[in-house]
Amino acid sequence: MNAFAQIRQSLIIALWFMFLTFPILAVRVDTIEKVVEWRWPNMIYIGIGSFLISFVWRYFLGKKAQGAAKLVTPSVQAKTATERTKAGQAGPRTAKDTAAASGKPLMQRLMAEPRLHRPILIVFSLLGIAFPFLPFASTYQINIVTNALLYIMLGLGLNIVVGLAGLLHLGYVAFYAVGAYSYALLYYHFGIGFWAALPIGALFAAIFGIILGFPVLRLRGDYLAIVTLGFAEITRLVLENWNEFSFGPSGIAGIPRPGLFGVEMDLHQATIYIYFLMIALCLFTIFVVNRLQDSRIGRSWVALREDEVACEAMGVNPTTAKLTAFALGSTWAGLAGVVFAAKTTFVNPASFTFLESAMILSIVVLGGMGSIVGVIIGAFILILLPEYLRAFSEYRMLLFGLIMVVMMIFRPQGIIVGIRRIYEFKKGAVKEGIRQ
Amino acid sequence: MDYFLELFLGGLTRGSIYALIALGYTMVYGIIELINFAHGEIYMIGAFTALIVSSVLAFAGMSGLSVLFLAASVAIIYSAAYGFTVEKIAYKPLRQAPRLSPLISAIGMSIFLQNYVMLAQTSDFLPFPNLLPELTFLESYGLMIGSSEFIILMTTAVSMVLLTVLIKFTKMGKAMRATAQDRNMAMLVGVDVNRTISYTFIIGSVLAAIGGVLIASHIGRINFYIGFIAGIKAFTAAVLGGIGSIPGAVLGAFILGWTESFATGYVSSDYEDVFAFVLLVLILIVRPSGLLGRSTVQKV
Repeated sequence: MNAFAQIRQSLIIALWFMFLTFPILAVRVDTIEKVVEWRWPNMIYIGIGSFLISFVWRYFLGKKAQGAAKLVTPSVQAKTATERTKAGQAGPRTAKDTAAASGKPLMQRLMAEPRLHRPILIVFSLLGIAFPFLPFASTYQINIVTNALLYIMLGLGLNIVVGLAGLLHLGYVAFYAVGAYSYALLYYHFGIGFWAALPIGALFAAIFGIILGFPVLRLRGDYLAIVTLGFAEITRLVLENWNEFSFGPSGIAGIPRPGLFGVEMDLHQATIYIYFLMIALCLFTIFVVNRLQDSRIGRSWVALREDEVACEAMGVNPTTAKLTAFALGSTWAGLAGVVFAAKTTFVNPASFTFLESAMILSIVVLGGMGSIVGVIIGAFILILLPEYLRAFSEYRMLLFGLIMVVMMIFRPQGIIVGIRRIYEFKKGAVKEGIRQ
Repeated sequence: MDYFLELFLGGLTRGSIYALIALGYTMVYGIIELINFAHGEIYMIGAFTALIVSSVLAFAGMSGLSVLFLAASVAIIYSAAYGFTVEKIAYKPLRQAPRLSPLISAIGMSIFLQNYVMLAQTSDFLPFPNLLPELTFLESYGLMIGSSEFIILMTTAVSMVLLTVLIKFTKMGKAMRATAQDRNMAMLVGVDVNRTISYTFIIGSVLAAIGGVLIASHIGRINFYIGFIAGIKAFTAAVLGGIGSIPGAVLGAFILGWTESFATGYVSSDYEDVFAFVLLVLILIVRPSGLLGRSTVQKV
C-alpha cells in the first residue's frame, strides 16, 4: 500500500471514530438543569488520536501477518524465530544456541542467560529488604508495594488455573473473598488469630474451589468463564444480603493485624511487618508454583490446556487435573484474602467485585500466561503505575480493558513467555532440553 | 390470582428484553463460536445514545412520538456502528487464534466500553425520560397491563417476526445460515464470510439497541453498568435455550424472565440476580446443550 492510500485509509478511520464517539464523548446532558454541554475539543483529540493510532495498528498487524506467513516456510531458522508468535512458544533457551537467540528479543535473551541470574536475584533481594528503610518509604509507599505483592500472589494463583490449566476463570475474586471473610468471621466469633486463620482461610478457599469445580467439570472454555463469573456474583450478592451471616454491605471492622509474639507495634511498624510477611508469602508462592509447574500434575495441566482429548487419550485424568487446578489456584486466593483482611483490618463485599477479578486476569494476561516472572512484572506494572501516575488512575480500568484486547491481538503470550519443557533430539541421542 | 398474573406479565416483559439481547449472543455464537462479552455494553450504549438524543431534542422543545422515533433510530444506528467496530477491532484479527484469545479480548472490550462510557459521561444513575406513549385504549385493562409493557411485548414480537423473515427468506439470511454451518464451505461457494459476520454483529446490535431503549424507558434510569448484568442474564437465556439456536434463545429468555419474576415475587427480592445464576449453573449441570440445542460431538 502506498503512502497516499495509507493516509486516506487513516483519514477514513479517523472520521469513523469521530462519528462513533460523538454522542457519548462530545455531548453531555444535565437532565436536572436542562442544559447540554458540548465538548468539541474531545472530537479533535479523537480524530488526531485515531488517525495516528491507525498507522501503528496497521504496522503491527502487518508484522504479525508476516510472522504467520513465515511460519509456513520450511526454513528452520525462520521457524524458531517466528514460533514466538504462536502462543507460548519460542526458540531454545540455551544462550549458546546463537541461531535461535538472535531471533529473540532482548528480554528473553536476558532471561535465558544463566550468568545473570544470581546478580539479578541478589540485587532484587537487597532492594526488597532495604525498601521499607529507605528515606522516601513512608507508610503509604510501603502499603502500595505490599498491595502489589498481594496481587503477585493472586496473579500467581490465577496463573495456575488460567495460564497452566487453560481454564478461563472470571470469578477468582470469590475465593479472595472467602479467605478474607473466613479470617474476619473466625476472629469475630471465635477470636481466632491471624496465624491460625491463614491455613484455615486457604483450606476454605480450596474447598470452595472444589465445590465450584464439580459442576463446571463438563464445561468447555467459554461456558466455564460465564459460570465462574456467575459464581463470583452469587458469592458477592450473598455476602451483601445475608445480614445475619456477613453483616451485609457494612462489612466487618476491627480485624486485628497479624501479631509477632505479642510485640506491640505502631502503624508504621505494623506496615513494615506486613510488608515482610508478604515478601515471605510471595517467595513461598513462587517456590511452590515453580515446583508445581514441573511436577507430574503441572505437566498434566499443560497437557489439558493444549488439548483435552489428546490429554485424556494419554492417560491423564482431566477431572482430577481440573479439580486440582481449581483447588490449588483458589488456595492462594484464600491466603491472599486472609492477608488482605489483616492488612486493611476491614472487609466488606464492595472489595470483591468483578473488576477485581478482571484486574487479576489482566495481570496474568499482560505478564504472560503460564510465566511466573511475567506475572510478577505484570503485577508491578498494573498496580504501581496507576498509583504513581495519579492523573492516570482514573483511567486504570479503561487501560486494563485495552491491555487485554491489545495483548491478545499482538502478543497473546504476554511480556514474558512461559517456560516450556520439551524433549529435544540432538545428534542421535535423546536429551532433555528446556525451551522457552 | 391477580398477583400471579401481574408476576406473569412482569416476567413476560422481562423475558422480551432478555430475548432481544440474547438473540445477539446466540447469533454471534452460532456463526463464530464466540461469546461476545461486549454485547451487553452495546445495549448500554444504545440506551445512553437514546438518552442523549432525546434530552437534546427535549431541550430544543420537541416532544411526543417524534422524539421517540429519532432517539430510537439514532440509538440503533450507533449500536450497530459500535457492534461493527468492536468486531473489526477485537475479534477479526483473532479468527485463527486459540479459543481463549478472542474470549479474553471480548472481556477486555467489555471492560473498556464500560469505563469509556463512565469516564465520558457519569458513573451516577441518570433519569431516563419515558419516551413510550400512553396507549389510551388499554385503560380499560389498566389493572392488568401497562402501556409500556404492552409496547415492549409488541415491539419484541414484531422484531422476532422480522428477524425470522430476514434469516429464512433473504439472501443475507441464507449466507448467515451457511456460514454458521461451515465457514470454509460457505467461503468456497462464494459467500463473503467477513461481510456476513459483520452483518450478524450489526443485526444483533440493532436488536440490543431496541431492547435498551425499551427497558430504559420502562425502568426510567440508566448507568454505565446496566449492560453487564443484562448481558450475563441474556447470555444465561441463550445458554438455557441452547446457544446457537434462535428459537431457543427466545424460549430461554421467557423462562428466565418468569423464573426471576416469580422468584422475586414469592421468595425474596434481595436475591434477584442470584436466581438467574443458579438457573444457569443448574442447566449447565443437567443439560449443557440447552433446551433446544443439539449436543455437539467433539471430533478429533
